[in-house]
Amino acid sequence: MTEHALLLDHGNLKRRNRFNRVVEASATVAAFLAVAVLVIVVGSVFLRGIGALSWHFLTTPTALFGESGGGISNAIVGTSMIVGIAALMAIPVGILVAIYTTEFAPGRVAHSIGFVLDVLNGVPTIITGIFVYGLLVAGHKQSGFAGAIALAIVMLPIVARTSQEVLTLVPGTLKEASHALGIARWRTVTWVTIPTAAGGLVTGALLGVARVAGETAPLLLVSSIFAPGLLTEPGEALASIPIFIFQASESPRPEAHTEAWAAALVLIAIVLLLNVVARAFYARSRKRMGA
Amino acid sequence: MDIRPPIESPTMTEPNPEQQASAETRFRPPLRVASDAGEPATEPHGQSREVGDVELRGLSAHYGSNQAVRDVSLRFDPAKVTAIIGPSGCGKSTMVRCINRMHEEIAGARIEGRVLLDGLDLYDSRIDVVAVRRSVGMVFQKPNPFPTMSVIDNVTAGLRLTGASRGELEDRGRAALVGAGLWEEVKNRLKGPGVGLSGGQQQRLCIARALAVNPEVLLMDEPCSALDPVATLRIEELIAELKQRVTIVIVTHNMQQAARVADTTVFMLDGQLVEVGPTDKLFTNPDDERTEQYVTGKFG
Repeated sequence: MTEHALLLDHGNLKRRNRFNRVVEASATVAAFLAVAVLVIVVGSVFLRGIGALSWHFLTTPTALFGESGGGISNAIVGTSMIVGIAALMAIPVGILVAIYTTEFAPGRVAHSIGFVLDVLNGVPTIITGIFVYGLLVAGHKQSGFAGAIALAIVMLPIVARTSQEVLTLVPGTLKEASHALGIARWRTVTWVTIPTAAGGLVTGALLGVARVAGETAPLLLVSSIFAPGLLTEPGEALASIPIFIFQASESPRPEAHTEAWAAALVLIAIVLLLNVVARAFYARSRKRMGA
Repeated sequence: MDIRPPIESPTMTEPNPEQQASAETRFRPPLRVASDAGEPATEPHGQSREVGDVELRGLSAHYGSNQAVRDVSLRFDPAKVTAIIGPSGCGKSTMVRCINRMHEEIAGARIEGRVLLDGLDLYDSRIDVVAVRRSVGMVFQKPNPFPTMSVIDNVTAGLRLTGASRGELEDRGRAALVGAGLWEEVKNRLKGPGVGLSGGQQQRLCIARALAVNPEVLLMDEPCSALDPVATLRIEELIAELKQRVTIVIVTHNMQQAARVADTTVFMLDGQLVEVGPTDKLFTNPDDERTEQYVTGKFG
């Protein structure tokens, strides 16, 4: 028996190789399919909406009574305001919750809070919408502010969970070094932990914003009937891009459908941009902590 | 130098409440009576005691139900280097972490017994744990400069909270870097990132950072184990210089290192203190058989 016998084909080598190739091919095809879905969605929105996209479209408010010649400037401003106010509420609270659970809470409490956040994350946004409707709109009036509160509730668990994840990644050795220097707990959190995790915290915030920028259900209930023109008063109902898409898609005017696609394109562009920037911050943060 | 088992000497009485109370006011702000400031280290009752006098009395340390240190009584010579050697898991690092009260940071960790610094019980309920850590500094195994701070900000990190002025921070930072033998190498890149230095430089940066708050004692937990031999040698030379200013306790796996730097060596096994004595004696003619087996490499 020579050594070569060990290297010879033991009968099922051909079958194993074939199986390897099949699995590899399937995995590659699946990956391409996933990418293809995104490309198809973005591509078709682009193709169908580009016809109505213009500078005029972006800077003119929606025309009265669904007539043609309007744009989405009020929707863009409205979305910015609603999402902006929601972010101002949800991001600080989310980050503080994350700091509490990772730095100060005992293990069991931290676990429970994490669980509650996950449940909140899974609540369908229409329910959040109904809740805010019952709380703020029923018997009163619609408002952009109510929309902001609904979106803040949706945003909170995303920001909190991502921030938690990033804060946990801060190496324990850094916190140890800080404590060993005689630096008090809260100062360590403020001057060492948060700056080290800063990139990741920004990521969590951006991802939260990206997620709620397109939330339609709550806004349908609390900020869907609004005056014409460019509105900037959050105490009143505001226009928003998702609502515009919804309303334009139901309009009898044929051009309105193209306008809806164009608005969808704008929304996708905003969300994509936020995601790309968020990932860039996250990569920078990971690099910092690995250094 | 002879072996000093922990005895109740006349100068080492039980810390009485009176002494404790007056010493308490001394304890915050930082305890350190700086030798570089030219002040003598005197105690309230006129007894002159050397700074950096650490004593352990019946110290036991637990992680939950697991006991890592068993009834250790030991005194560290001030202004000298004491090395702690022993096999992995014998409790060296745990014991040392009890001195600057880092042990209690771990959930479920507790101690019994006493840790005294200059006669003061560091675990007394009136003592501020933050002040303890400013008197007892620590350098860790893996260099850990703060990644978001520059070199100079790293060095002065421990100082910035006392409201010192900008100029004073720079002066003390510079003094600390000089003391750590790093000034010449970083004086032109003080604003550069702390993590941009080499491994050995980073560790000396951590030593400078610890020295900047003027501790009486410096604990070093295997400070050279992540460094190359050249960097290790530099740090050992640094230790020889530093011991006049601070009492140094160094945990090390490396017996040759202990033989090179330490005046006194302590051998621990399974959480217990087996033998303590002058380094030469411990390595050439130890009293305990287990010590002899360890230093000759029969186990560990």
